[in-house]
Amino acid sequence: MHGGVGHVASDAGGTKAFSPADFPDIEFDRELLPEVAEGGAADAEGVYRVRQPLAYEDYFPCSDCHGDMEVNLERRQLEEMHDDIVLDHGPKERWCFDCHNPDDRDRLRLVNGTLIEFDQSYRLCGQCHGTIFRDWREGIHGRREGYWNGAKSYLLCAHCHNPHAPRFPGIEPLPPPVRPQFLHAAAQGSHDE
Amino acid sequence: MSDASHDHGSRNERPEPSVDRRSLLISTGLTAMAAVSASVAGAAPGFVERLLRERFTELSPQRKAEILDQLELEYSQRYGREVSVENTPPMDGVEFAYGLDIARCVGCRRCVYACVHENNQSRDPQIHWIRVLRMEKEHGIELAESTAYYEPAKVPEPDAFYLPVACQQCRHPACVKVCPVKATWKDADGIVVIDYDWCIGCRCCMSACPYGARHFNWSEPAIPSEEINPKTHYLGNRPRPKGVVEKCTFCLHRTREGRYPACVEICPVGARKFGNLLDESSEMRYLLREKRVFVLKEELNTQPRFYYFYAT
Repeated sequence: MHGGVGHVASDAGGTKAFSPADFPDIEFDRELLPEVAEGGAADAEGVYRVRQPLAYEDYFPCSDCHGDMEVNLERRQLEEMHDDIVLDHGPKERWCFDCHNPDDRDRLRLVNGTLIEFDQSYRLCGQCHGTIFRDWREGIHGRREGYWNGAKSYLLCAHCHNPHAPRFPGIEPLPPPVRPQFLHAAAQGSHDE
Repeated sequence: MSDASHDHGSRNERPEPSVDRRSLLISTGLTAMAAVSASVAGAAPGFVERLLRERFTELSPQRKAEILDQLELEYSQRYGREVSVENTPPMDGVEFAYGLDIARCVGCRRCVYACVHENNQSRDPQIHWIRVLRMEKEHGIELAESTAYYEPAKVPEPDAFYLPVACQQCRHPACVKVCPVKATWKDADGIVVIDYDWCIGCRCCMSACPYGARHFNWSEPAIPSEEINPKTHYLGNRPRPKGVVEKCTFCLHRTREGRYPACVEICPVGARKFGNLLDESSEMRYLLREKRVFVLKEELNTQPRFYYFYAT
Protein backbone atom coordinates (compact mmCIF):
# COMPACT_ATOMS: atom_id res chain seq x y z
CA MET A 1 0.00 0.00 0.00
CA HIS A 2 2.74 2.47 0.89
CA GLY A 3 5.33 1.73 -1.78
CA GLY A 4 8.81 3.14 -1.86
CA VAL A 5 9.87 6.75 -1.88
CA GLY A 6 9.93 6.76 -5.67
CA HIS A 7 6.31 5.65 -5.86
CA VAL A 8 5.02 8.93 -4.50
CA ALA A 9 4.67 11.93 -6.80
CA SER A 10 6.90 14.76 -5.61
CA ASP A 11 3.87 17.03 -5.14
CA ALA A 12 1.65 14.40 -3.47
CA GLY A 13 2.00 15.72 0.08
CA GLY A 14 3.34 13.93 3.14
CA THR A 15 7.01 13.93 2.18
CA LYS A 16 8.19 16.41 4.81
CA ALA A 17 7.58 16.55 8.56
CA PHE A 18 6.22 19.74 10.10
CA SER A 19 5.91 20.56 13.77
CA PRO A 20 3.64 23.01 15.61
CA ALA A 21 6.58 25.42 15.87
CA ASP A 22 6.42 25.84 12.08
CA PHE A 23 3.13 27.73 12.49
CA PRO A 24 3.86 30.71 14.74
CA ASP A 25 0.65 32.47 13.63
CA ILE A 26 -1.52 29.81 15.20
CA GLU A 27 -2.19 30.28 18.88
CA PHE A 28 -1.67 26.76 20.26
CA ASP A 29 -1.33 28.00 23.85
CA ARG A 30 -4.76 29.50 24.18
CA GLU A 31 -5.48 32.09 26.86
CA LEU A 32 -8.70 31.63 28.76
CA LEU A 33 -11.10 34.50 29.28
CA PRO A 34 -10.23 36.06 32.70
CA GLU A 35 -13.66 35.16 34.15
CA VAL A 36 -13.24 31.57 33.04
CA ALA A 37 -9.71 31.26 34.39
CA GLU A 38 -10.87 32.68 37.72
CA GLY A 39 -14.03 30.56 37.97
CA GLY A 40 -12.30 27.34 36.98
CA ALA A 41 -13.86 23.97 37.66
CA ALA A 42 -15.61 25.29 40.78
CA ASP A 43 -17.88 27.61 38.78
CA ALA A 44 -20.30 24.98 37.47
CA GLU A 45 -22.92 27.46 36.25
CA GLY A 46 -20.50 29.96 34.73
CA VAL A 47 -20.97 30.47 31.02
CA TYR A 48 -19.27 33.63 29.81
CA ARG A 49 -19.68 35.37 26.49
CA VAL A 50 -16.60 36.51 24.66
CA ARG A 51 -17.11 40.16 23.77
CA GLN A 52 -18.02 40.70 20.16
CA PRO A 53 -15.93 43.45 18.59
CA LEU A 54 -18.10 45.47 16.20
CA ALA A 55 -17.12 45.71 12.58
CA TYR A 56 -17.14 49.51 12.93
CA GLU A 57 -15.73 49.58 16.44
CA ASP A 58 -13.97 52.93 15.97
CA TYR A 59 -17.11 54.58 14.62
CA PHE A 60 -19.56 53.37 17.25
CA PRO A 61 -22.03 54.74 18.22
CA CYS A 62 -23.45 54.76 14.69
CA SER A 63 -25.73 57.63 15.62
CA ASP A 64 -22.67 59.93 15.58
CA CYS A 65 -22.99 59.97 11.81
CA HIS A 66 -26.47 58.63 11.18
CA GLY A 67 -28.15 60.77 13.85
CA ASP A 68 -28.45 63.84 11.65
CA MET A 69 -28.68 61.97 8.38
CA GLU A 70 -31.90 61.57 6.50
CA VAL A 71 -32.94 57.93 6.26
CA ASN A 72 -32.75 56.67 2.70
CA LEU A 73 -34.84 53.52 2.47
CA GLU A 74 -33.97 52.92 -1.14
CA ARG A 75 -32.09 49.79 -2.12
CA ARG A 76 -28.85 50.92 -3.77
CA GLN A 77 -25.11 50.42 -4.18
CA LEU A 78 -23.39 52.13 -1.25
CA GLU A 79 -20.59 54.39 -2.38
CA GLU A 80 -19.36 56.87 0.18
CA MET A 81 -19.27 54.60 3.22
CA HIS A 82 -19.68 50.87 3.96
CA ASP A 83 -18.87 50.13 0.33
CA ASP A 84 -16.75 47.16 1.47
CA ILE A 85 -19.85 45.29 2.60
CA VAL A 86 -20.89 42.58 0.17
CA LEU A 87 -24.28 41.09 0.90
CA ASP A 88 -24.31 37.35 0.33
CA HIS A 89 -26.84 36.14 2.84
CA GLY A 90 -29.92 34.27 1.71
CA PRO A 91 -32.27 35.77 -0.88
CA LYS A 92 -31.18 38.59 -3.16
CA GLU A 93 -33.83 40.85 -1.63
CA ARG A 94 -31.82 41.03 1.60
CA TRP A 95 -31.22 44.64 2.60
CA CYS A 96 -29.67 46.61 5.49
CA PHE A 97 -32.97 47.31 7.21
CA ASP A 98 -33.89 43.65 7.50
CA CYS A 99 -31.65 43.71 10.59
CA HIS A 100 -30.51 47.29 11.17
CA ASN A 101 -32.98 49.73 12.59
CA PRO A 102 -33.55 52.84 10.42
CA ASP A 103 -34.68 55.04 13.33
CA ASP A 104 -31.96 54.14 15.83
CA ARG A 105 -28.80 52.85 14.21
CA ASP A 106 -27.18 51.95 17.52
CA ARG A 107 -29.50 48.97 17.81
CA LEU A 108 -30.63 46.04 15.75
CA ARG A 109 -34.28 45.25 15.17
CA LEU A 110 -36.06 41.90 15.34
CA VAL A 111 -38.89 41.11 12.92
CA ASN A 112 -41.45 41.79 15.64
CA GLY A 113 -40.07 45.30 16.10
CA THR A 114 -38.12 44.67 19.30
CA LEU A 115 -34.89 46.66 19.43
CA ILE A 116 -31.81 44.80 20.69
CA GLU A 117 -28.22 45.76 21.41
CA PHE A 118 -25.46 44.61 19.07
CA ASP A 119 -24.16 42.16 21.65
CA GLN A 120 -27.49 40.32 21.49
CA SER A 121 -27.22 39.79 17.76
CA TYR A 122 -27.72 36.03 18.24
CA ARG A 123 -31.40 36.69 18.87
CA LEU A 124 -31.62 38.19 15.43
CA CYS A 125 -29.86 35.22 13.79
CA GLY A 126 -32.05 32.81 15.74
CA GLN A 127 -35.20 34.19 14.10
CA CYS A 128 -34.40 32.25 10.92
CA HIS A 129 -31.80 29.73 12.08
CA GLY A 130 -33.84 28.21 14.88
CA THR A 131 -32.34 24.72 14.94
CA ILE A 132 -28.78 26.03 14.92
CA PHE A 133 -29.69 28.62 17.55
CA ARG A 134 -30.96 25.84 19.78
CA ASP A 135 -27.77 23.80 19.26
CA TRP A 136 -25.65 26.86 19.97
CA ARG A 137 -27.44 27.52 23.27
CA GLU A 138 -26.69 23.94 24.35
CA GLY A 139 -23.03 24.19 23.31
CA ILE A 140 -23.33 21.89 20.28
CA HIS A 141 -22.91 24.53 17.58
CA GLY A 142 -19.88 26.75 18.03
CA ARG A 143 -16.79 26.55 20.14
CA ARG A 144 -16.58 26.59 23.91
CA GLU A 145 -13.36 26.99 25.86
CA GLY A 146 -12.49 26.47 29.49
CA TYR A 147 -13.86 23.79 31.83
CA TRP A 148 -16.25 21.04 30.74
CA ASN A 149 -17.49 20.86 34.34
CA GLY A 150 -17.16 24.54 35.22
CA ALA A 151 -16.66 28.01 33.81
CA LYS A 152 -16.57 28.21 30.05
CA SER A 153 -16.62 30.88 27.41
CA TYR A 154 -18.60 30.88 24.20
CA LEU A 155 -18.65 32.96 21.06
CA LEU A 156 -21.46 34.83 19.32
CA CYS A 157 -22.59 33.93 15.79
CA ALA A 158 -20.83 36.94 14.32
CA HIS A 159 -17.44 35.97 15.78
CA CYS A 160 -17.12 33.27 13.13
CA HIS A 161 -19.73 34.21 10.54
CA ASN A 162 -19.69 37.57 8.82
CA PRO A 163 -23.39 38.48 9.10
CA HIS A 164 -23.33 40.08 5.66
CA ALA A 165 -21.82 36.96 4.03
CA PRO A 166 -22.13 34.19 6.60
CA ARG A 167 -20.74 31.18 4.77
CA PHE A 168 -17.59 30.07 6.57
CA PRO A 169 -14.66 31.06 4.31
CA GLY A 170 -12.18 28.35 3.32
CA ILE A 171 -8.92 28.22 5.25
CA GLU A 172 -5.50 26.85 4.48
CA PRO A 173 -5.03 23.35 5.93
CA LEU A 174 -1.93 22.53 7.94
CA PRO A 175 0.31 20.01 6.16
CA PRO A 176 -0.41 16.27 6.08
CA PRO A 177 1.47 13.70 8.17
CA VAL A 178 4.67 12.21 6.79
CA ARG A 179 4.17 9.05 4.76
CA PRO A 180 5.84 6.07 6.43
CA GLN A 181 8.48 5.66 3.72
CA PHE A 182 9.67 9.22 4.31
CA LEU A 183 10.26 8.50 7.99
CA HIS A 184 13.19 6.44 6.73
CA ALA A 185 15.81 9.08 7.44
CA ALA A 186 14.83 9.30 11.08
CA ALA A 187 14.72 5.53 11.51
CA GLN A 188 18.18 5.27 9.98
CA GLY A 189 19.48 7.70 12.55
CA SER A 190 18.36 5.45 15.37
CA HIS A 191 20.09 2.41 13.84
CA ASP A 192 23.38 4.25 13.89
CA GLU A 193 23.26 4.75 17.64
CA MET B 1 -1.85 -25.65 41.77
CA SER B 2 -1.67 -23.34 44.73
CA ASP B 3 -1.11 -26.35 47.00
CA ALA B 4 1.82 -27.55 44.96
CA SER B 5 3.52 -24.21 44.92
CA HIS B 6 2.88 -23.84 48.63
CA ASP B 7 4.66 -27.13 49.31
CA HIS B 8 7.50 -26.07 47.15
CA GLY B 9 7.69 -22.76 48.94
CA SER B 10 7.77 -24.26 52.41
CA ARG B 11 10.56 -26.69 51.48
CA ASN B 12 12.70 -23.78 50.44
CA GLU B 13 11.70 -21.76 53.49
CA ARG B 14 10.34 -19.02 51.27
CA PRO B 15 7.03 -17.71 52.51
CA GLU B 16 6.16 -16.01 49.21
CA PRO B 17 5.29 -18.61 46.58
CA SER B 18 4.87 -16.38 43.54
CA VAL B 19 7.89 -14.98 41.79
CA ASP B 20 7.32 -11.58 40.22
CA ARG B 21 9.90 -9.77 38.25
CA ARG B 22 10.89 -7.61 41.17
CA SER B 23 11.76 -10.48 43.53
CA LEU B 24 13.36 -12.43 40.74
CA LEU B 25 15.71 -9.59 39.89
CA ILE B 26 16.48 -8.84 43.51
CA SER B 27 17.20 -12.49 44.36
CA THR B 28 19.75 -12.74 41.58
CA GLY B 29 21.82 -10.35 43.60
CA LEU B 30 23.84 -7.23 43.25
CA THR B 31 25.97 -8.54 40.38
CA ALA B 32 22.85 -8.77 38.27
CA MET B 33 21.95 -5.26 39.30
CA ALA B 34 25.33 -4.07 38.18
CA ALA B 35 24.94 -5.92 34.90
CA VAL B 36 21.53 -4.37 34.33
CA SER B 37 22.89 -0.93 35.13
CA ALA B 38 25.82 -1.44 32.79
CA SER B 39 23.58 -2.59 29.96
CA VAL B 40 21.57 0.59 30.22
CA ALA B 41 24.62 2.81 30.50
CA GLY B 42 23.62 6.42 30.13
CA ALA B 43 20.18 5.72 31.55
CA ALA B 44 18.88 8.33 33.94
CA PRO B 45 19.14 7.76 37.69
CA GLY B 46 16.15 5.87 38.94
CA PHE B 47 15.66 4.04 35.67
CA VAL B 48 16.84 0.67 36.94
CA GLU B 49 14.86 1.04 40.13
CA ARG B 50 11.76 1.75 38.12
CA LEU B 51 12.36 -1.44 36.15
CA LEU B 52 12.28 -3.36 39.40
CA ARG B 53 9.13 -1.88 40.80
CA GLU B 54 5.57 -3.21 41.14
CA ARG B 55 2.83 -2.53 38.62
CA PHE B 56 1.97 1.18 38.75
CA THR B 57 -1.60 0.72 40.00
CA GLU B 58 -0.33 -1.45 42.88
CA LEU B 59 2.31 0.94 44.16
CA SER B 60 1.96 2.62 47.52
CA PRO B 61 1.22 6.36 47.41
CA GLN B 62 4.74 7.10 48.70
CA ARG B 63 6.43 5.00 46.06
CA LYS B 64 4.31 6.65 43.37
CA ALA B 65 5.28 10.08 44.66
CA GLU B 66 8.96 9.06 44.63
CA ILE B 67 8.69 7.89 41.03
CA LEU B 68 6.96 11.11 39.97
CA ASP B 69 9.69 13.14 41.71
CA GLN B 70 12.39 11.16 39.96
CA LEU B 71 10.73 11.68 36.60
CA GLU B 72 10.31 15.40 37.22
CA LEU B 73 13.99 15.65 38.03
CA GLU B 74 14.99 13.60 35.01
CA TYR B 75 12.83 15.60 32.56
CA SER B 76 13.76 18.94 34.08
CA GLN B 77 17.44 18.11 33.63
CA ARG B 78 16.97 16.77 30.13
CA TYR B 79 14.99 19.78 28.89
CA GLY B 80 16.61 22.46 31.03
CA ARG B 81 13.31 23.74 32.42
CA GLU B 82 10.87 22.79 35.11
CA VAL B 83 8.64 19.87 34.09
CA SER B 84 5.86 18.62 36.37
CA VAL B 85 4.60 15.02 36.32
CA GLU B 86 1.20 14.54 37.94
CA ASN B 87 -0.82 11.44 38.59
CA THR B 88 -4.29 13.01 38.76
CA PRO B 89 -6.77 10.16 39.32
CA PRO B 90 -10.16 9.82 37.58
CA MET B 91 -12.95 11.94 39.09
CA ASP B 92 -15.81 10.17 40.88
CA GLY B 93 -19.01 9.92 38.88
CA VAL B 94 -17.37 10.84 35.62
CA GLU B 95 -17.25 8.87 32.40
CA PHE B 96 -15.89 10.80 29.48
CA ALA B 97 -17.25 10.82 25.97
CA TYR B 98 -16.30 12.77 22.87
CA GLY B 99 -18.41 14.08 20.00
CA LEU B 100 -17.28 15.16 16.55
CA ASP B 101 -19.58 16.92 14.11
CA ILE B 102 -18.58 15.73 10.65
CA ALA B 103 -21.04 18.14 9.10
CA ARG B 104 -18.84 20.95 10.49
CA CYS B 105 -15.26 19.62 10.28
CA VAL B 106 -13.37 21.38 7.48
CA GLY B 107 -10.27 19.18 7.62
CA CYS B 108 -7.87 22.03 8.50
CA ARG B 109 -5.70 19.82 10.80
CA ARG B 110 -5.42 22.50 13.52
CA CYS B 111 -6.34 19.73 16.00
CA VAL B 112 -3.53 17.48 14.77
CA TYR B 113 -0.82 20.03 15.52
CA ALA B 114 -2.47 21.35 18.70
CA CYS B 115 -2.38 17.75 19.94
CA VAL B 116 1.32 17.39 19.14
CA HIS B 117 1.99 20.68 20.94
CA GLU B 118 -0.05 19.69 23.99
CA ASN B 119 0.96 16.06 24.33
CA ASN B 120 4.71 16.15 23.64
CA GLN B 121 4.68 13.86 20.63
CA SER B 122 8.00 13.27 18.94
CA ARG B 123 8.72 15.87 16.24
CA ASP B 124 11.29 13.64 14.59
CA PRO B 125 10.40 10.94 13.74
CA GLN B 126 6.98 12.50 13.49
CA ILE B 127 4.09 11.09 15.52
CA HIS B 128 0.52 12.34 15.15
CA TRP B 129 -2.23 11.00 17.40
CA ILE B 130 -4.99 12.45 15.21
CA ARG B 131 -5.30 11.46 11.58
CA VAL B 132 -7.77 13.37 9.44
CA LEU B 133 -9.23 11.25 6.65
CA ARG B 134 -10.58 12.90 3.53
CA MET B 135 -13.55 11.19 1.97
CA GLU B 136 -15.63 11.77 -1.14
CA LYS B 137 -19.15 13.01 -0.53
CA GLU B 138 -20.20 10.83 -3.41
CA HIS B 139 -19.04 7.66 -1.68
CA GLY B 140 -19.84 8.45 1.94
CA ILE B 141 -17.81 6.88 4.72
CA GLU B 142 -15.48 4.51 2.95
CA LEU B 143 -12.29 4.00 4.95
CA ALA B 144 -10.53 2.06 2.20
CA GLU B 145 -10.92 4.94 -0.27
CA SER B 146 -9.95 7.67 2.19
CA THR B 147 -6.66 9.56 2.26
CA ALA B 148 -4.80 11.38 5.02
CA TYR B 149 -2.40 13.17 2.65
CA TYR B 150 -4.73 15.71 1.02
CA GLU B 151 -3.17 19.13 0.56
CA PRO B 152 -5.44 21.59 -1.29
CA ALA B 153 -4.89 25.35 -1.09
CA LYS B 154 -8.13 25.80 0.85
CA VAL B 155 -10.41 23.52 2.83
CA PRO B 156 -13.18 22.47 2.84
CA GLU B 157 -13.17 21.20 -0.72
CA PRO B 158 -16.64 21.15 -2.31
CA ASP B 159 -16.70 17.41 -3.07
CA ALA B 160 -15.14 16.14 0.16
CA PHE B 161 -15.82 15.72 3.85
CA TYR B 162 -13.37 14.97 6.62
CA LEU B 163 -13.24 12.40 9.39
CA PRO B 164 -10.60 12.91 12.09
CA VAL B 165 -9.67 9.64 13.80
CA ALA B 166 -7.77 9.17 17.07
CA CYS B 167 -8.12 6.73 19.96
CA GLN B 168 -11.81 5.86 20.32
CA GLN B 169 -11.43 5.01 24.06
CA CYS B 170 -13.39 1.78 23.60
CA ARG B 171 -15.45 0.23 26.37
CA HIS B 172 -14.20 -3.14 25.07
CA PRO B 173 -10.67 -2.19 24.06
CA ALA B 174 -8.97 -4.87 21.97
CA CYS B 175 -5.60 -3.28 22.74
CA VAL B 176 -6.02 -3.85 26.47
CA LYS B 177 -7.11 -7.43 25.93
CA VAL B 178 -3.99 -8.38 23.95
CA CYS B 179 -1.33 -6.63 26.02
CA PRO B 180 0.82 -9.47 27.38
CA VAL B 181 2.14 -7.47 30.34
CA LYS B 182 -0.94 -5.39 31.23
CA ALA B 183 0.90 -2.16 30.50
CA THR B 184 -2.33 -0.64 29.18
CA TRP B 185 -5.68 -0.59 30.92
CA LYS B 186 -9.00 1.21 31.10
CA ASP B 187 -9.32 3.68 33.97
CA ALA B 188 -12.55 4.38 35.85
CA ASP B 189 -13.40 7.43 33.75
CA GLY B 190 -13.18 5.33 30.59
CA ILE B 191 -9.79 6.52 29.37
CA VAL B 192 -7.49 3.78 28.12
CA VAL B 193 -4.05 4.60 29.50
CA ILE B 194 -0.52 3.28 29.00
CA ASP B 195 2.26 2.95 31.56
CA TYR B 196 5.28 3.75 29.38
CA ASP B 197 7.60 2.29 32.02
CA TRP B 198 5.80 -1.04 31.84
CA CYS B 199 5.33 -1.27 28.07
CA ILE B 200 7.71 -3.77 26.49
CA GLY B 201 7.16 -2.47 22.96
CA CYS B 202 5.79 -5.71 21.49
CA ARG B 203 3.19 -3.73 19.50
CA CYS B 204 0.48 -6.37 19.89
CA CYS B 205 -1.90 -3.54 20.84
CA MET B 206 -1.15 -1.72 17.60
CA SER B 207 -2.14 -4.71 15.51
CA ALA B 208 -5.23 -5.30 17.66
CA CYS B 209 -6.51 -1.72 17.40
CA PRO B 210 -8.97 -1.45 14.50
CA TYR B 211 -8.60 2.35 14.36
CA GLY B 212 -4.84 2.72 13.86
CA ALA B 213 -4.82 4.87 16.97
CA ARG B 214 -1.64 3.57 18.56
CA HIS B 215 1.82 4.76 17.57
CA PHE B 216 5.27 3.38 18.25
CA ASN B 217 8.44 5.26 19.16
CA TRP B 218 10.87 3.68 16.72
CA SER B 219 13.67 5.91 17.93
CA GLU B 220 14.30 8.26 20.84
CA PRO B 221 11.57 10.92 20.52
CA ALA B 222 13.05 14.31 19.64
CA ILE B 223 11.35 17.41 21.06
CA PRO B 224 13.19 20.75 21.26
CA SER B 225 13.21 21.86 24.90
CA GLU B 226 11.48 25.16 24.15
CA GLU B 227 8.59 23.20 22.64
CA ILE B 228 8.01 20.87 25.60
CA ASN B 229 4.69 21.22 27.37
CA PRO B 230 5.93 21.22 30.98
CA LYS B 231 2.57 20.22 32.48
CA THR B 232 2.49 16.44 32.16
CA HIS B 233 0.73 13.37 33.51
CA TYR B 234 2.42 10.04 34.25
CA LEU B 235 -0.11 8.11 32.14
CA GLY B 236 -0.46 10.79 29.49
CA ASN B 237 1.75 13.39 27.91
CA ARG B 238 5.03 12.97 29.78
CA PRO B 239 8.02 12.52 27.44
CA ARG B 240 8.12 8.93 26.25
CA PRO B 241 11.18 6.69 26.03
CA LYS B 242 12.20 4.94 22.84
CA GLY B 243 10.45 1.64 22.13
CA VAL B 244 7.03 2.22 23.68
CA VAL B 245 3.55 2.68 22.30
CA GLU B 246 1.53 5.87 22.77
CA LYS B 247 -1.89 7.25 21.84
CA CYS B 248 -4.57 9.83 22.61
CA THR B 249 -5.65 10.00 26.26
CA PHE B 250 -8.45 12.59 25.90
CA CYS B 251 -5.79 15.01 27.29
CA LEU B 252 -6.25 13.44 30.72
CA HIS B 253 -3.80 15.91 32.31
CA ARG B 254 -6.38 18.59 31.39
CA THR B 255 -9.70 16.77 31.45
CA ARG B 256 -9.19 15.23 34.90
CA GLU B 257 -8.87 18.79 36.16
CA GLY B 258 -12.00 19.91 34.33
CA ARG B 259 -10.47 21.48 31.24
CA TYR B 260 -11.54 20.67 27.69
CA PRO B 261 -9.04 18.70 25.61
CA ALA B 262 -6.67 20.82 23.49
CA CYS B 263 -8.25 19.68 20.21
CA VAL B 264 -11.70 20.87 21.36
CA GLU B 265 -10.41 24.36 22.08
CA ILE B 266 -8.35 24.81 18.91
CA CYS B 267 -11.07 23.68 16.46
CA PRO B 268 -11.90 26.81 14.42
CA VAL B 269 -15.38 25.53 13.52
CA GLY B 270 -16.34 24.13 16.92
CA ALA B 271 -16.82 20.63 15.55
CA ARG B 272 -15.42 18.94 18.65
CA LYS B 273 -17.47 18.30 21.80
CA PHE B 274 -16.50 16.78 25.11
CA GLY B 275 -18.17 16.01 28.41
CA ASN B 276 -19.36 13.70 31.14
CA LEU B 277 -21.69 10.91 30.04
CA LEU B 278 -23.08 10.52 33.56
CA ASP B 279 -24.18 14.15 33.78
CA GLU B 280 -27.59 14.52 32.19
CA SER B 281 -27.12 18.23 31.57
CA SER B 282 -23.80 17.82 29.75
CA GLU B 283 -23.20 18.72 26.13
CA MET B 284 -22.55 15.08 25.35
CA ARG B 285 -25.87 13.90 26.72
CA TYR B 286 -27.74 16.56 24.74
CA LEU B 287 -25.87 15.48 21.65
CA LEU B 288 -26.65 11.79 22.10
CA ARG B 289 -30.32 12.62 22.72
CA GLU B 290 -30.86 15.03 19.86
CA LYS B 291 -28.47 14.16 17.03
CA ARG B 292 -27.86 11.37 14.57
CA VAL B 293 -24.82 9.68 16.04
CA PHE B 294 -22.61 6.84 14.88
CA VAL B 295 -19.39 5.13 15.95
CA LEU B 296 -16.63 3.77 13.75
CA LYS B 297 -16.67 0.04 12.99
CA GLU B 298 -19.66 -0.59 15.20
CA GLU B 299 -19.76 -4.23 14.04
CA LEU B 300 -16.56 -5.00 15.97
CA ASN B 301 -18.34 -4.35 19.28
CA THR B 302 -15.48 -2.25 20.61
CA GLN B 303 -18.10 0.24 21.84
CA PRO B 304 -16.19 3.49 21.41
CA ARG B 305 -16.67 6.54 23.61
CA PHE B 306 -16.00 8.63 20.54
CA TYR B 307 -19.22 9.59 18.75
CA TYR B 308 -19.43 11.12 15.31
CA PHE B 309 -22.57 13.08 14.58
CA TYR B 310 -24.29 15.21 11.96
CA ALA B 311 -25.69 18.43 13.33
CA THR B 312 -28.15 20.44 11.29
